[in-house]
Amino acid sequence: MAKRNSAKVQGAKLSSAKVSGGKVSRVSTIDLLKAWWAHHKDSCSNSLLRLLSTPVQTFLTCLVIAIAIALPTGLFLSLQSAQQLGQGWQDSAQMSAFLERGAKPLAIEKLQASLEKNPSIKSIDVVSPAKALSEFQRYSGLGDVLLELDENPLPTVFIIQPVNTLDDTKQLSALQKTIEASPLIDTVQLDLGWLRRLHELLVLGERFVIALASLLSIGVLLIIGNTLRLAIENRREEIVVTKMVGGTNGFVRRPFLYTGLWYGIGGGLLSVVLLIVIGLWLADPINSLIGLYESEYSQGGLSVSAVAVLLLGSACLGWLGAWVAVARHLRQIEPT
Amino acid sequence: MICFDNITKRYGEGHDALGNVNFELASGQMAFLTGHSGAGKSTLLKLIMLIERPTRGNVLIGGKNLAQVSASQIPYLRRQIGVVFQNHQLLFDRSVFDNVALPLQISGMPAKDQGRRVRAALDKVGLLHKEKSNPLALSGGEQQRVGIARAVVNKPAILLADEPTGNLDPKLSAEIMQLFQDFKSVGVSVLIATHDISLINSMNCPIMELSDGRLIRNDIEHVASAAMEPH
Repeated sequence: MAKRNSAKVQGAKLSSAKVSGGKVSRVSTIDLLKAWWAHHKDSCSNSLLRLLSTPVQTFLTCLVIAIAIALPTGLFLSLQSAQQLGQGWQDSAQMSAFLERGAKPLAIEKLQASLEKNPSIKSIDVVSPAKALSEFQRYSGLGDVLLELDENPLPTVFIIQPVNTLDDTKQLSALQKTIEASPLIDTVQLDLGWLRRLHELLVLGERFVIALASLLSIGVLLIIGNTLRLAIENRREEIVVTKMVGGTNGFVRRPFLYTGLWYGIGGGLLSVVLLIVIGLWLADPINSLIGLYESEYSQGGLSVSAVAVLLLGSACLGWLGAWVAVARHLRQIEPT
Repeated sequence: MICFDNITKRYGEGHDALGNVNFELASGQMAFLTGHSGAGKSTLLKLIMLIERPTRGNVLIGGKNLAQVSASQIPYLRRQIGVVFQNHQLLFDRSVFDNVALPLQISGMPAKDQGRRVRAALDKVGLLHKEKSNPLALSGGEQQRVGIARAVVNKPAILLADEPTGNLDPKLSAEIMQLFQDFKSVGVSVLIATHDISLINSMNCPIMELSDGRLIRNDIEHVASAAMEPH
């Protein structure tokens, strides 16, 4: 009884401010903004803590996302490496002009000077017969056998780098004819067929990776959507109560959007780890392969900016997946 | 404060859950809503909470016609109404304090003010010493009082209660009713849906009785003209 009386007194104190208006207490705009920000911070940290409280489950979900992200990213990186390699060869979409064997050095210099004036030619490398022979000795494996020769059988070669590359086959052929017209030139070699095939192959590969990446992105959206559907279902009661006491849709939505964001970031981080591990595993064979192609190309691993793009992308996917799930399921949960 | 102007609510093509219901509950008035199961008590409360919309007629809350309240405004309307549920609807993943603080968090009150208000509300229902407990550790009567603290922490003008004493023994029920009386006496409109006849008889309050969606007894007068005046 005494308790009740004291409660009464408290009640009178509690309510004295309200009686006059009978209105809900008003909150200022700045307070609202502060509260909005505070709720963002709370949702952000609470959703992370919630995920960490079930570490195995969270890890598995992130792993699925990571695999779905790592697969197309890995393919894309390999394709980029192949393109880089191809670019190296593309630049060597060069012509080899073999000069007549008896050409005098002065005439050769004159010819070089006149060719260099041609606007279609970017640069000319002159390979003298002596230099060609020593290179041939080094790479052909014939070595000393060549030393037995009485005279150098090799002609002077102009390695001509045209300005326009294989996009413009006709111009290249025209250039070839122009050069061949010179009496000092024996033949001009220009092989475009295999370059074009490589180019087409790379285009095909690129499309394949884009298609795969799109499909797997949808997969990631669905994974996150489904995971969040379960999370929403688990917190149905809380959602109903929150809506009942005046929680807006935004308020209810917020923690779930952050959950999706965290899944995206977690999946992205894991996929980076996967890519690095796989990259290390593949590094040796790739390097020896490159060695075989005498290419100077550096191994196209994950750059910092690529990691940033990947994390940003996966975070966006997570956020988006959460939106899809939340938009579909939160509307269905209303107090009854 | 709450005005029902010729309200009819029909679900689908079926019977009328409510038919031509008129009443007006003034500020600082407390009334009981009674009737058999399925008579329309819950429907009437849902119309006030905007969980349902009437088929015909107007509901006015504090002079505002609810027909003009859009879906996105519903949360703001609900913040003006405290609700006590039969099954408490407490969240067991957080403390008593956080349960009571939920409406304040939602309305964006600064954290330091929240603490003051929550403790005042818990003190009011005599549970200040339990603020750190989990609601699961409380008895049924205590859980119900936490529910009441949450309903009033935002200082609403209207307090609705749906079978608030459903699971409680008479002594606890009387205590809960005393709490409602206290809120009434400081100007809150209190509407209690119950079929606990002995409880109703123990209190000297106006009664509205529903039967098959019709008000067959109405102790509070309906003054439509007064309700339509802008506040």
